Amino acid sequence: MENGQQQSYSIRKFKEKAFLALVFAAALLAVVPLISLLGFVVYKGIGALNLDFFLHTPVPVGEKGGGMANAIVGTLMIVGLGCLFSLPIGLLGGLWLAEWGKGKRGFLIRYTVDVMSGFPTIIFGMFAYVLFVLTMRRFSALAGGFALALVMLPYITKTTEEMVKMVPRTLKESALALGIPEWKVMLFVVLRTAWSGIFTGIMLAVARAAGETAPLLFTAFNNQYWNLQLDQPTASMTVQIYNYAISPFEEWNRMAWAGSLALVAIILAITLVVRKYSKRVVYG
Amino acid sequence: MVFAGSIPLLFFLVLLMLLFQSRLALFTFGPWFFLSSAWNPVKSQYGALPFIYGTVVSSLLALLIAAPLGVGCAIYLSEVSTSRSKEWIATMVDLLAAIPSVVFGLWGIFVLGPVFGLSMMSAGVLLAIMILPTITAISREVLQAVPGTLRESARALGATKWETIRLSVLPPAASGIIGSIVLGLGRALGETMAVTMVIGNRPQISGSLLAPAYSLSAVLANEFAEASSDLNFSVMVEIGLILLIITVLVNGLARLLVWKMVSNSRIQ
Repeated sequence: MENGQQQSYSIRKFKEKAFLALVFAAALLAVVPLISLLGFVVYKGIGALNLDFFLHTPVPVGEKGGGMANAIVGTLMIVGLGCLFSLPIGLLGGLWLAEWGKGKRGFLIRYTVDVMSGFPTIIFGMFAYVLFVLTMRRFSALAGGFALALVMLPYITKTTEEMVKMVPRTLKESALALGIPEWKVMLFVVLRTAWSGIFTGIMLAVARAAGETAPLLFTAFNNQYWNLQLDQPTASMTVQIYNYAISPFEEWNRMAWAGSLALVAIILAITLVVRKYSKRVVYG
Repeated sequence: MVFAGSIPLLFFLVLLMLLFQSRLALFTFGPWFFLSSAWNPVKSQYGALPFIYGTVVSSLLALLIAAPLGVGCAIYLSEVSTSRSKEWIATMVDLLAAIPSVVFGLWGIFVLGPVFGLSMMSAGVLLAIMILPTITAISREVLQAVPGTLRESARALGATKWETIRLSVLPPAASGIIGSIVLGLGRALGETMAVTMVIGNRPQISGSLLAPAYSLSAVLANEFAEASSDLNFSVMVEIGLILLIITVLVNGLARLLVWKMVSNSRIQ
């Protein structure tokens, strides 16, 4: 009897040990991909990442040198346009959800925002293609910016809503009690108080948009040369990396790794800084 | 209201655009489009079956790998570890979500490629890595929403850690954890660039996981802009429509599961 109890206890202890070992192994295994990925990107990319990379445009296969300068500027341009399109709707939409979105309508909008953040981003590219590329009859930075705006919109809306909800009621009420019109209270008291939180959300959306490739493939397309015009095909770092990555030339593969290193460094820097200052998570 | 309302409006505009632009293909092929596996744009033969197969199988494969790993990691982070290293692990898994998919693809070509070839298996493994942060982070949040009293009462009755988790933590967290896995599935179904780069891009249905395949998103990335005729273009849009409907259904379900769980526990 006593023996049996002891045995069952030791079995229970053993099960616990096995379970703890399993979840620990899962946690260890889960960090392997990031280490391997960062290791490869740094190891393979560092060699080709020189001053030329940041100052020159791409060169044909076989020629030495060349860089991604035009793609870096292009990414800035397209992401900037994305902000321009998505910020007004995202900020004011999030504000509305936080202040007046309690009923059924609020629920419906919140739900569509959530579901939209799970859309395959290539669908936004198709939408922008039909709206802009088919009507203008050419690829353009404008179309790319619009597609990225749709990628960013759900993130900005959600962050704004969360941050505005954290603004204390008393602040709003005292401003209203001073006789300030509601729209002014909203813009200059509520949004301003929540701004630092909203800003981190915007930065996360920017980091995500800068890493998107699929929505740009047939909107901004690509360009081997400098372009600063909004209605022309524009290079981006991600599409350039994609083209280099799937090419059979070793020279170009090296450029893909270098581009990846630069891109990952920028995106991780933004993400880490944002995480340091707020407890926001990045999975959306 | 106008601005907030414009978001659902955009949602429906996207749906309407896809329906409208794919009408030619919808009327021409009807339901046969889903059942045919012939794909030859030059001869105007279009069947979406190989692509649907590729998308579904690669995503399920990813789920098979990422679900146990992600949930295990979440249990470790939320229930087991007390050391400071857990914040490091959580941060590293979270950072994985910030890596651009084209960089995953590049890594996949040169690291998974030599092992599995450009195949369904490579796509599945790569997708598993990409959805790992989603499953881990949301499962962890759901586990942390389980009231501490449940754990304490089980421990007070003499249950081991494993028994506590199995009997009093996992049951109330189950719907939320399933939600996180389904959310990961939604991510995997819609992922485009990384899959395009490693799946091999051959429209076939093969029993072997090491054979090249094709997915809905990959065929869009490769062939959408190159559509040569009105019918071809319309077929590509219909493929987009199928992809969107699958992901929206899966995502909608997942959101409901997670929402219910997290908001219920916050009220308690």
